[in-house]
Amino acid sequence: MHELAITQNILDLALNEAKAVQASRISKISLVIGELSGVVSDSVEFYFDFMSRDSMAVDATLEFIIVPAQLRCRDCQTEFNPQDSLWICPNCKSVNIDLLAGRDCYIKSIEVE
Amino acid sequence: MKVEILKNITSANDAIAAQNQQVLDKHNILALNIMASPGAGKTSLILQTINCLKGKLNISVIEGDVASRIDADKIDKEGIPVVQINVGSACSLEAQMITPALDKLPLDKVNLLFIENVGNLICPAEFALGEHRKVVISSIPEGDDKPAKYPLMFTLADVVIINKIDLLPHLEFDLHNFTKTVKGINPKVKIFQVSCNTGQGIDEWCSWISSQIKK
Repeated sequence: MHELAITQNILDLALNEAKAVQASRISKISLVIGELSGVVSDSVEFYFDFMSRDSMAVDATLEFIIVPAQLRCRDCQTEFNPQDSLWICPNCKSVNIDLLAGRDCYIKSIEVE
Repeated sequence: MKVEILKNITSANDAIAAQNQQVLDKHNILALNIMASPGAGKTSLILQTINCLKGKLNISVIEGDVASRIDADKIDKEGIPVVQINVGSACSLEAQMITPALDKLPLDKVNLLFIENVGNLICPAEFALGEHRKVVISSIPEGDDKPAKYPLMFTLADVVIINKIDLLPHLEFDLHNFTKTVKGINPKVKIFQVSCNTGQGIDEWCSWISSQIKK
């Protein structure tokens, strides 16, 4: 449900950047979202549709570039994507795990006219 | 025309959180962000800590809830300055909610601030508030699988408190499994076992807080 705040942040950031280059319309927003960031893209799309209605971002396409979660076992150094979201090494069953990637949550670029 | 941005979506929140922390630092206040599921014992832990540290430290509390003043009233009864924030449809406190709340507290006189987040093990992990330490409470009736099910929250914690430890003999909770999982994904985390019902472990937790207080 924090997608409401997340979407507002996305919209604010995109509008500020578009204004800075004197754009009149935002046609696309590209977002990099890690699997573990907790951001649900469907919810963002849902909120974005009505939050952008009275702005230059209306009808903009949202592109979600999903970064898979990547973990590394500290005992055997195996790198893996958590199956069923469980942070357990598939090789040695260790639970001593470092998070390498998957927490990203940023705007990569916008396309404006 | 394509414009590269490369800015974190939560960057606006993070900037306000940094400002909040500057305000707290100016007043030498240690701020703890208390996060847990509903019913894990966030308010009970704050009340026990107040009881233990009253007279030694000047404490204030910011209470975050979807609705009601129930928690704030409990703190108020102890004579502790408290601000209630009702987040409505939001599922977590955000940094911009904390800024006006700080204005309502006697910051000059405070050295320990509890920020009790909304009961939720997911969303509060996403929003920094300006706190110095993140404290996650997990209680025995919730089961020992919570760190495996909500790993992100537990990787971000500076402190994990296992509450309702007095219920351990009565419920199926594998303490070893819980601790192993938490330490596995967060080797630096500090773990305390407490009971806000019997007071077990509260002294040790309060000693830790005292050691963190800014002189």
